[in-house]
Amino acid sequence: MQATLDPKPSSPAPSAEVSVAIRDLCFNYGSSQALKDITLDLHKHEVTAFIGPSGCGKSTLLRCINRMNDEIPGTRVTKGSIHIEDINIHDPSVDVVKLRRDVGMVFQKSNPFPKSIYENVAFGLRMRGVKDKQVIDQAVEESLRSAALWDEVKDRLQESALGLSGGQQQRLCIARTIAVKPLVVLMDEPCSALDPIATAKVEELVWQLKNDYTFVIVTHNMQQAARVSDRTAFFYMGELVEYSDTKRIFSNPRVRKTEEYISGRFG
Amino acid sequence: MFDPEKLIRKGRPKGHIKEVLIRSLLAGTTYLIVLIAVLLFTRIIVDGAPAILSPKFPFVDLEFLTAKNETLHVFDDAQGTRHQLAASAYSRYVAEHQGENLYNEQTFSYSGGGIAGPIVGTALLTIGSILLALFFGVSAAIYLAEYAKQSPFIHAVRLAILNLAGIPSIVFGLFGFSVFVLAVPVLTSDPSDRSLLVIPLMIGNYAISFQGWNSSLMAGCATLACMILPVIITASEESLRAVPQGFRDASLAMGGTRWQTIRKCVLPYSLPGILTSSLLAITRVAGETAPIMFTAAVAAKDDLPWEGLSNPFGILSSQVQALPYHIYTLAARIPSSEYTQRAQYGSVLVFLILVATLSIVSMVLRARIRRKLKW
Repeated sequence: MQATLDPKPSSPAPSAEVSVAIRDLCFNYGSSQALKDITLDLHKHEVTAFIGPSGCGKSTLLRCINRMNDEIPGTRVTKGSIHIEDINIHDPSVDVVKLRRDVGMVFQKSNPFPKSIYENVAFGLRMRGVKDKQVIDQAVEESLRSAALWDEVKDRLQESALGLSGGQQQRLCIARTIAVKPLVVLMDEPCSALDPIATAKVEELVWQLKNDYTFVIVTHNMQQAARVSDRTAFFYMGELVEYSDTKRIFSNPRVRKTEEYISGRFG
Repeated sequence: MFDPEKLIRKGRPKGHIKEVLIRSLLAGTTYLIVLIAVLLFTRIIVDGAPAILSPKFPFVDLEFLTAKNETLHVFDDAQGTRHQLAASAYSRYVAEHQGENLYNEQTFSYSGGGIAGPIVGTALLTIGSILLALFFGVSAAIYLAEYAKQSPFIHAVRLAILNLAGIPSIVFGLFGFSVFVLAVPVLTSDPSDRSLLVIPLMIGNYAISFQGWNSSLMAGCATLACMILPVIITASEESLRAVPQGFRDASLAMGGTRWQTIRKCVLPYSLPGILTSSLLAITRVAGETAPIMFTAAVAAKDDLPWEGLSNPFGILSSQVQALPYHIYTLAARIPSSEYTQRAQYGSVLVFLILVATLSIVSMVLRARIRRKLKW
């Protein structure tokens, strides 16, 4: 088995190709069970939205995919598996550091480093030992262009990233994440602290980038899930209640609980 | 119906006198403390200034700061003029005035010349112990804050470190004496007789001998470092924890290793706090007498620490003079008189200025770094 998760060279994949396969996943915080038997496929070149009320386990599941939960003491996967590109990420031969290079993450609260804009985007490459200035320059420009930020910041790359607006900071975090070309990009409520205009920009960005990555977006905002995602998973009390095409979930949910949540009867 | 006279009652409220009394009591206490500080500084500045100031440019008595410490000789010559000469100048005078009678001769130990030796010694002790303590302290703080899982054992470790801070400095002095001066292992070809244990090596006739470093700069630095470790560890750990978790998350999520994350995204931003803690430590190290009394300091020393050495590392095993110990010697070991005042108050004033400068420099440095690192 390969330890790394390099993308396999392949012909253009059909849109339904599975990128992340979650099987019977159970997850505990200490003795309380946060996720119960989650089985879910995430597809390449698609945006999958996780919705559900607070504490339903959607962020926990997201953080399982790049094993960020490892950082929280007392947590563990009690059952089941997650495969990314057919590799079990909990296999002892998988290096969690390398896993995270392939599974990027954007956090709820934009967290650029107090360094220059350029250094923020170059950070991942530098940690990987890339020294060649030309390579870094190129990657920085490319990522900032992809994140639709280049025109706004190209004249002040050396200024502190903290001088950017909240929306720009969040897009910078996205640029920083995609600068290292991950397979999967996880987004944990990326717009919850942004105003509507900045939110629209981030959503547009996700929509444009989805052809190159597998996106997972956790959101509290159901309109956002409806706008931006191809598929939606609804979680409640640690269980996956319903998972299907976004259109279907929002127009004709199969489960009563989903309908109640979507129509705002609780949550 | 509206009558302001009735709504806004005139006159003193009940309990007014009590209020005033308490207020003035508290204010009085505060100003009393300030008064003590003012008196202390005034006394030292007024009495010490003549020792280190001079009427001519550069207005500082450089000799007092740069000359070595000597015994002061006070005497009347045949014409009845009173002379105050340091030992070396005195012997020159005697040589030049052969056969002349000197009257009312008195000698005062440590009171002549300058205080170059103590200044240099204190500087070396401070730098050495801060470097040692920063290395060990920051390492421990990183382990406690970033690596160690929160368990009862780690809690106990932290508590033990905190308790270390409460140990009186004289105990550290004795600890340093029994460990660093008498017991730590050294590599030598000539083990001392009082060595606790000698382990011969197969290379040449070298042996590892548990005979300690003797009273030396090295032993003094190690003792002082032990004393300030708890301060540095606690403060460093706090400033590491003050760095937003988001930086760590972002770095880890981008595939940074734990050490990369700490080095690039945590340490640089906790530096102001670590500097603050070392600032506190510097002033404490520079001012302590007890820990160095048995481990490094001597009252009198003719050479500066680096003089007369065969190799540059010899400085580590040479004894030094130190300002606080020098002040102690001047105050406790010699009779006070008008001739010793210059050395006594001068040393104290120089010491105060030195410590104050250190504090100010560190504070400015910290403010500048803090302005640069904002999130």
